[in-house]
Amino acid sequence: MEAGHILLFARSIGDPNPIYADEAYARGTECGGIIAPPTFAIASAQFDDSYPLRPQPGAPWLGSGREPTSRPPSATDARDSRGLHAEQHFEYHRTMRAGDVLSATTRPGRSWEKEGRRGGKLLFSETITEYRDQEGELVVTTRTVGVLPERVVEKE
Amino acid sequence: MALRASQLSVGDVHEAHVVRNLTRTQLVQYAGASGDYNPVHTDEVFATKVAGYPTVFAHGMLTMGLTGRMLTDYVGDGRLTYYGARFVGQVWPGDDLVATATVKALREEGGQRLVDLAIVTRNQNGQDVLHANATARIDP
Repeated sequence: MEAGHILLFARSIGDPNPIYADEAYARGTECGGIIAPPTFAIASAQFDDSYPLRPQPGAPWLGSGREPTSRPPSATDARDSRGLHAEQHFEYHRTMRAGDVLSATTRPGRSWEKEGRRGGKLLFSETITEYRDQEGELVVTTRTVGVLPERVVEKE
Repeated sequence: MALRASQLSVGDVHEAHVVRNLTRTQLVQYAGASGDYNPVHTDEVFATKVAGYPTVFAHGMLTMGLTGRMLTDYVGDGRLTYYGARFVGQVWPGDDLVATATVKALREEGGQRLVDLAIVTRNQNGQDVLHANATARIDP
């Protein structure tokens, strides 16, 4: 967890709190140093080699270039682009701080179906991720709930 | 500054504007910092012509991050033990968001005082966009 990355993340959520940016200030607080904003663990996507929502050099990307999409969305993209984030939960075992080296382990959680408001089933699925530090101590546990329409609802 | 159990009551409310006139540039900034480059959030051509949305819209996690600022400004830095949210409405460029936390319970667990908060974030039309809960360590 690099202090520079924490600074950029804090800026992106519009949070000017010096606990995320100023080492001298942070050292004088009860945190004792720069910490990460509460939702920062989500930025671990940056370090996931197989993360699908990041353009890869040389590979066609979902977003626009000469055409509105350089790679028409496929069934496997549904989860990534048409699927929506329904819920996100963070359980903090201790505060994440600059200098931590965290390893993430992900496992599937529950999955369930619900009738959508505009008809068609909605498929919900849970992913649990555990972030552990260099000593193997649990720092954060996250639970992500994604929702995917069984079929894409046509526009009227 | 951490909260004190002796100065809190169930039903207490804390509210803050967490963004005014959300810009597309902030969506780009959040994509870059978080690593979520889903083009529905930053690519107007893709969002409208391929995905069929009226324009780009905010990452749910950006709304949760903006709301998190209200929360950490209220409970103090490094005090949260839990923060969880349901994304209940889309957030669009130009939106103003106000986040409100209400004290639901004051309790003690293993000698540690805790506060449970219910949080709602609403847009300028009074529509809820995020429902959340949080727990924070507080001082006596």
